[in-house]
Amino acid sequence: MSDIFKIRDKQIKSRLFLGTGKFSDKRLVKLVIDAAKVDVVTVALRRVDLESQDENILDYIPEECTLMPNTSGARTAREAIRIARLAKATGCGNWIKIEVISDNQYLLPDNLETLKAVEVLAAEGFVVLPYISPDISMARRMVKAGAAAIMPLGSPIGSNRGFKTEELVRIMIRQIKVPIIVDAGLAMPSQAAKCMEIGCAAVLVNTAIATAQDPINMALAFSLAVEAGRKAYLSSKRPGIDFAQASSPLTGFLTQE
Amino acid sequence: MEFRGILKQYNAQDLKNKFNAVSAEKIKTIISKDKLESDDLLVLLSPQAEPYLELMAQKANQLTVQYFGKVIQLYTPLYLSNYCINSCAYCGFKAENSSQRKKLSLSEVKKEAEFISATGLKHILILTGDSRQMSPVSYIQQCVEILKDYFSSIAIETYALSQEEYAQLIRAGIDGVTIYQEVYDRAVYAKVHLNGPKKDYDFRLDAAQRALFAGIRTANVGVLLGLNNWREEVFFMAMHAGYLQEKFLSAEIGVSVPRIKPHLGDFADIIPVSDKNLTQIILALRIFLPRAGINLSTRETAKLRDDLLALGITRISAGSTTAVGGHTLNYEQNQDEQFQISDKRDVAQIKQMLQQKQYQPVLKDWLRW
Amino acid sequence: MRLKINGKQQEIKDCFDLEKLISSKGLNPNNIVVEYNTKIIPKQNWPEVILKPEDMIEIVSFVGGG
Repeated sequence: MSDIFKIRDKQIKSRLFLGTGKFSDKRLVKLVIDAAKVDVVTVALRRVDLESQDENILDYIPEECTLMPNTSGARTAREAIRIARLAKATGCGNWIKIEVISDNQYLLPDNLETLKAVEVLAAEGFVVLPYISPDISMARRMVKAGAAAIMPLGSPIGSNRGFKTEELVRIMIRQIKVPIIVDAGLAMPSQAAKCMEIGCAAVLVNTAIATAQDPINMALAFSLAVEAGRKAYLSSKRPGIDFAQASSPLTGFLTQE
Repeated sequence: MEFRGILKQYNAQDLKNKFNAVSAEKIKTIISKDKLESDDLLVLLSPQAEPYLELMAQKANQLTVQYFGKVIQLYTPLYLSNYCINSCAYCGFKAENSSQRKKLSLSEVKKEAEFISATGLKHILILTGDSRQMSPVSYIQQCVEILKDYFSSIAIETYALSQEEYAQLIRAGIDGVTIYQEVYDRAVYAKVHLNGPKKDYDFRLDAAQRALFAGIRTANVGVLLGLNNWREEVFFMAMHAGYLQEKFLSAEIGVSVPRIKPHLGDFADIIPVSDKNLTQIILALRIFLPRAGINLSTRETAKLRDDLLALGITRISAGSTTAVGGHTLNYEQNQDEQFQISDKRDVAQIKQMLQQKQYQPVLKDWLRW
Repeated sequence: MRLKINGKQQEIKDCFDLEKLISSKGLNPNNIVVEYNTKIIPKQNWPEVILKPEDMIEIVSFVGGG
């Protein structure tokens, strides 16, 4: 079954996107990417610590991977735009996951600031993937502004609460033409499978893999779940009807003549 | 992409081949889908779908009740003027018909308004022929200003206007624009629109969009069934409606599928559309466009209108006349009608029929701010 | 002279241009991006940027993130 997944013109080999934060050891990042055959990988941009220099995360991300820097740390559109431009200047491509968070308690995104950043960065030629609270009007505006995909949260970042936004994401899948990628909150592979079953294009997982006792096997489990969910989605166009059928025919009048 | 561009992606032959190639088995899958694609619409409109009309009807009925409830909105047309400089091969008002022309005076408009509103109707559709000289926008505006004291919703069905003209009438009080392309196939369009401003296909095609850009609340598109292969035509109209729905999220988009009716100096090239075909059309439209209003004209017989009610219809006219001043003035004897009315029931009779079928007749469903 | 590097005041000696400053910090030029007075400076232009007191320099690089 051919099932090609593209974002803009780039063909993506895996529907499991990996966040690289919170790993106990950077070397695990590479092992996880290899084991789960991850393609799209998220990184963040930070000030270099001049006192204690660390190895660079890029050393652990194979070159074939698609790098998706995020704008974490940004509290406003302006800051997100600045971070995005810095990220592009590294020469690691023009993808950017826009993440604007002004709420430190729940780490929920600020959709309005995110939209403003999408408008500017998409116009500058970035491949923009905004991380948002699943609001359909906002998503539409972002797509109109040039977003390449929409990444609604499953539940708050790092909360491990699972796929709580299902109903809103379902509407998004129906109404939004760009890929919908559930990002944040997924704790277990079954939740990732659920996202894929209803038609998400991909999921992004970080905490659940990075903080698992065995990150490599957890990544593998997520990867299998994503694949299983996708296959289920593709083959679920079941014949049959999922609504009650009235007992009396509605088109009887056509044969009365 | 503009709808014009979407239309260009199709040609008649491709579409015909596509219709013939669909597999009817797909119907069962399609009716359980959440959101349909244009290929699904093709299947629903294909000849192969005919054995599945009952299944489609069950789905269409369920969707209609889900989105609209058991509610039917009533309205009536009010013809202001039948002066027309177009020559449309199929129309009773065409320029060369030497029929008696009539334009309501403002006091006659008031009289018609009083009569119609006394029946309880609060939604009205006002119509004029295409004559910027005899029924200019300023005249329509004057009529609207009179009518808004009597009606809570006023829609117009007139010649295609500019965006600014639509805005002007919206300010005056209209909330709906009905504009049928009549036929989406450009060659057939050119063949039946022989003369007059209506010859401009693109200006008419974009009219609904101009009205929506101007801020209209409800836009209604339509095809005149019988001018061309109905499967192709309904496909394009539904795509047009879907395009407008997606582009103008806050607007209500309606569709109409009137079948051509004989009139003076019959138009000979009618391609027949049977009751069964019309049923399939309404079912396909409801399933493809679950939240679109679907209008059923008094051209259809009372019995067929009643039978089709449950399958997706949301709006019907009552107490209709297609003669100018037909509600109060006795011009009918010596004036041509635009087309013949089959369902001559008045508002009270239609209301009674709806109640018997356990539908709620709605005469007024919104208030002007 | 005193410069502000990554938000911290620092006293710098013997570094007249940006390239020398970066190498004196032992940073791998391939892993970082440098903003000089809020403007991103491409690597090849570093030698041309002559430092002066009170300049603001941001040096960033990728870290793990989700």
